[in-house]
Amino acid sequence: MKLKKDEIEMLEGKKGLAVQRAMEFMVQYAEVLGAEEFVDVYNVCGTLSNTTPFLDTLMGGFDGIEHLMSELNYNCSDVKEVPRVHTFSCQLEHGLDPDVWQKQYVSPEKYKINKADEDLEIKMNVNLICTCAPYLAGNLPVFGEHCAWMESSAVAYINSAIGARTNCEGRESSNCSMLTGKTPYWGLHLPEKRYGHYYVDVKYPVESVRDWGLLGYYGGLIAGEKIPVFDHVASRPTMESYKHAGAAGASSGGTEMFHVVGLTPEARTLEEAFGPQKPIESLVLDEREMRRCYDLLNTAKGDHVDFVMLGCPHYSLRQIWETALMLEGKKLHDNVEMWIFIPRVLKEAADRNGYTKMIEDSGALLMADTCPALGRMKPPNAKVIATDSAKQTHYMPGIFGAEAFFGSAQECVNAAVTGRWEGEF
Amino acid sequence: MEKITIRGRGVVGGVTEGEALVTKDAISGWGGINCRDGSITEPWHELYGQSFADKILVFPGAKGSSGWSIHFHYCRLLGTAPRAVVYNITTAKMASGAVVMGVPAVTDLERDPIELIRTGDRVKVDGDNGIVEITRK
Repeated sequence: MKLKKDEIEMLEGKKGLAVQRAMEFMVQYAEVLGAEEFVDVYNVCGTLSNTTPFLDTLMGGFDGIEHLMSELNYNCSDVKEVPRVHTFSCQLEHGLDPDVWQKQYVSPEKYKINKADEDLEIKMNVNLICTCAPYLAGNLPVFGEHCAWMESSAVAYINSAIGARTNCEGRESSNCSMLTGKTPYWGLHLPEKRYGHYYVDVKYPVESVRDWGLLGYYGGLIAGEKIPVFDHVASRPTMESYKHAGAAGASSGGTEMFHVVGLTPEARTLEEAFGPQKPIESLVLDEREMRRCYDLLNTAKGDHVDFVMLGCPHYSLRQIWETALMLEGKKLHDNVEMWIFIPRVLKEAADRNGYTKMIEDSGALLMADTCPALGRMKPPNAKVIATDSAKQTHYMPGIFGAEAFFGSAQECVNAAVTGRWEGEF
Repeated sequence: MEKITIRGRGVVGGVTEGEALVTKDAISGWGGINCRDGSITEPWHELYGQSFADKILVFPGAKGSSGWSIHFHYCRLLGTAPRAVVYNITTAKMASGAVVMGVPAVTDLERDPIELIRTGDRVKVDGDNGIVEITRK
């Protein structure tokens, strides 16, 4: 690898042991990738959270949380103190909401671990935005900006909808980027790696956020981690359309970027979307394929629902408003709990605008900082979940053994009120 | 006894030998494996319920959440990581996962290891020189 002066200094330990170990990880990571150099990043999103179910077992071999953190974050066992971050860094989701953790059926032990995580993040200047959608919470990259972001749905969003550049980083690589300000100049950082691979002729009227979720899910199924190009999408998307499409594709395949011809910034034309590349395959997304994705996601039988979850990825202000209007004056069914997940900074806006009251008067709860899949939390007796998120639906059977219904936000609200799923394709 | 040797790119060093576990399905880390026993938990996965702990894991690569590497990192700390990995597709998830597992790893092989190697084959992985040696009874 070609290393610059500052990178060599970090490797030599001139910035301290933690930075040295972080740079060693970055060099090894870059070599496995086959990268030849690093690019500077001034925008990193990752996680330092320790609310993992394995913590008790893991703590055995370490002197306290900071020591364990250095193993988990920098892949080394000899760093016991960590410095402030070198570059602008944000914390993604935590494992619970410290304001309503008891209503989330979270243990006091987990609450204490979360508090320790928060303290360390503050000490390190890792910004506690605690959301899977940093672009909703004060970290909105610009076109062409090199970032090092974890969280697959956010990666897909900023690459596709904005044209910022990031690979899908992991816990160790994002933490090492926080300390070094470097990421391998590889993959989606390179202009020639951002062209499309699969052509999809969209012959279904993709309009609602639900439709965009299904479109994204289809993209992940057919393209894996490669880039699908959707052509002939007739409707105008909103930010939420891309948010749900990216999250769905990242779950079903490994979508890190997608193009929508005429709509996303690096696909103004079909020619621009593919550049010099020929599509690996040309496919048609019609009603039959949309329905196939819908059926794959809807694993629940019967019509009983006992848990409704919205806010994956975290709901935007527009979605909070829409949900407040749907729930206003309604009461949840006795057997149903409904949790809506949002970024902490939007809780302030929801409170101020009266949306929190409209939502919570119905019996539903607004929650910040976390989500059921990441926090591994749900009402203890919940066996059948209804959600408008293809991503949560995809992971629910594996994580909770729960069955899931997937549909629109309105269908989910209806299920919360009646206790019955009446959604249809 | 049949012996086949294939060459590729060694990405994490070390030499080891063990029993192969082969799948044509990519593996999810977060939400796709149980770190306590190294088993695959996605119901639709070809290896559903089987454990890769101490096996030579031969697979296409990583898929799914960005929590991929940390879950294989937990596996290493909990003693349930594979003995070595042989994979086809290099992604950021797969690369950081290979580094944190710290076991011999080889990729970019001259022949598709998923077609060539069968579950149960004896396989030697040389991560220093990028060599995979298959012994079949």
